[in-house]
Amino acid sequence: MKIHEYQAKELFATYGIPVDRSIVCRSVEDAVKAYSQLDSQKVIVKAQVHTGGRGKAGGVRLANGEVELRKHAAAILGMDIKGFTVDRILVGQAINIEKEYYVSYVIDRKSKSAILMSSKEGGMDIEEVARTSPEKIHKIEIDPSTGMPDYLAREAAFKLFDDIKQVRQAAVILQKLYKLFMSTDASLAEINPLVLTKEGEIMAIDAKMTFDDNALFRHPKIATLNEPTEEEKKEQNAKNKGFSYVNLGGEIGCMVNGAGLAMATMDLIKLYGGNPANFLDIGGSSNPTKVIEAMKLLLSDQNVKVVLINIFGGITRCDDVAKGLLEAIKQIKTAIPVVIRLTGTNEKEGRALLQGSGLHVAETMGEATEKAVSMCHPMCQ
Amino acid sequence: MKFNFSLFTFNLQNMSILIDSNTRVIVQGITGRDGGFHASKMKAYGTHMVGGTSPGKAGEFADGIPVFNTVRDAVAETGADTSVIFVPAPFAKDAMMEAADAGIKLIVTITEGVPTLDVIEAYHYIRRKGAHLIGPNCPGLISPEKSLVGIMPSMIFKQGGTGVISRSGTLTYEVVYNLTQKGIGQSTAVGVGGDPVVGLYFIELLEMFEKDPETDSIVLIGEIGGDAEERAAAYIREHITKPVAVFIAGQQAPPGKQMGHAGAIISSGSGTAAEKIAAFEAAGVPVAKEPSQIPELLKRRR
Repeated sequence: MKIHEYQAKELFATYGIPVDRSIVCRSVEDAVKAYSQLDSQKVIVKAQVHTGGRGKAGGVRLANGEVELRKHAAAILGMDIKGFTVDRILVGQAINIEKEYYVSYVIDRKSKSAILMSSKEGGMDIEEVARTSPEKIHKIEIDPSTGMPDYLAREAAFKLFDDIKQVRQAAVILQKLYKLFMSTDASLAEINPLVLTKEGEIMAIDAKMTFDDNALFRHPKIATLNEPTEEEKKEQNAKNKGFSYVNLGGEIGCMVNGAGLAMATMDLIKLYGGNPANFLDIGGSSNPTKVIEAMKLLLSDQNVKVVLINIFGGITRCDDVAKGLLEAIKQIKTAIPVVIRLTGTNEKEGRALLQGSGLHVAETMGEATEKAVSMCHPMCQ
Repeated sequence: MKFNFSLFTFNLQNMSILIDSNTRVIVQGITGRDGGFHASKMKAYGTHMVGGTSPGKAGEFADGIPVFNTVRDAVAETGADTSVIFVPAPFAKDAMMEAADAGIKLIVTITEGVPTLDVIEAYHYIRRKGAHLIGPNCPGLISPEKSLVGIMPSMIFKQGGTGVISRSGTLTYEVVYNLTQKGIGQSTAVGVGGDPVVGLYFIELLEMFEKDPETDSIVLIGEIGGDAEERAAAYIREHITKPVAVFIAGQQAPPGKQMGHAGAIISSGSGTAAEKIAAFEAAGVPVAKEPSQIPELLKRRR
């Protein structure tokens, strides 16, 4: 789960990480009021959206005086950045920057630990730095049983700063950021840039955090900050019913048990010349209601011309799926052809149940996919 | 209770990887719905089920399997060396650490939805105790006709020489089903789990299969997210002499979307199926276009 910069900065401040003074605004009037409160001739106006690249899109602008502030606030509010409409801006005091740095904690799959990443190349796209000059990025693996002791924080700070006063300031910030990362079950806590000001202070002037969805149950306050997009709401609804659903825009709707098999099914549709409408994993259990719900979800997509069901019964019993499907067909009267492949536990019973139902039954994944693609062909041009 | 410790001695010559007919298994969360169901399934398959735990229910039996309050008690009474964990996600970290602390050597966590930082903490603790972790969010593992430790549908497996390593559950079954249909049996099949951070992974398991005299070939099933497949490809090129065939799921996955598994996500343009397939092809490892091609690819390499 993502949060906005201003929300991340509030968390930073709570954990004692120095941030620039800034106020979140929803209108030009709010921005003018904020401007007077900030008491700074120059301010920075930043779009608050759940996507990167807002600077390039014109969503970050420096305003010198109230007239410019009004102009920029009006321009950014309502702007579309990669499909996100800006409804909030952050107005902050402009900082006299001496130098910019990059600092983040992320989960590293390889070392199976949290790692601290840092670089003197701050303020830039860090993935670009990683591609072009990986030697400029420092990584420190953190042992969860020792965390971020003083010596390690100092060691990390020396990679960025030479002046011992600055090293000490930075080391404290690194420790506080680690504490924030761990105690909120974050998957990313990033400061880009962390700046050294002309006055010799070190502070975060941007803040980015994402959180582990699986841990939100123990962070109810953070969970309230969730702002799902329309598409994410549909995915969330599916998740509440025990499904994983992602729309892909094609014409062959698929229903599969298991994430890996569901991915393989959509790949196979493409390989055979069709276009998958979605990824849908109905999970391990096979109670008939779930199958009905899944059919409804598939058919709510107007693009779907053919439905392909691929079930490998392990824990899921094929006869249960067949029962659910027959019930679903009874409830949702649809002219859309359904191809079904049932293999595994109770497959014979399952296939017997489907006899005479008008559903197209196949034995292998390849056969079923081929059938679905060929049925779709005349309709899916 | 009497217990013969000689059962404990592993005969390395006669082992599939990680588990065999001597493996002594307990289930943590045996009185739960899933734990109970699968304990019975494992027992019926012939797995040496020696016990289970459920705090406060010591003295009870689940399908004839004795229940203990703590893993320490279960280990002391039964000599268990392997545990399968079915407890709910919020308590999974504690269960994993309890198992490691009690001397369990192989910890298999089936539970889905365990917070990543919990897995990291448990993983490092388990390693320090000299034990192995498989999972979380995995179907477990099976050495056909010897031992099933997990939730895999046993009827599709057949004893043989192919080692299977996979990030997915049902896709593993699909591949194994295709292998078995073509008469290719399996030495051990391991589902490593679909989360971003899990225990034993491709490289460790490739190494075990390479050393295992019962394994003559290896199937690796990967998917989008992370770069473990790329590292595995490099490792195979350097260290694996046995034939390997690969399948990668998620070529049609859009970037930034989680495809069911928490770990199956293309982030910032990396972790795509195309990159992974290219890595294997560059290492000379054949990649199947669809799961049903795998038996043929293995045969061709023999």
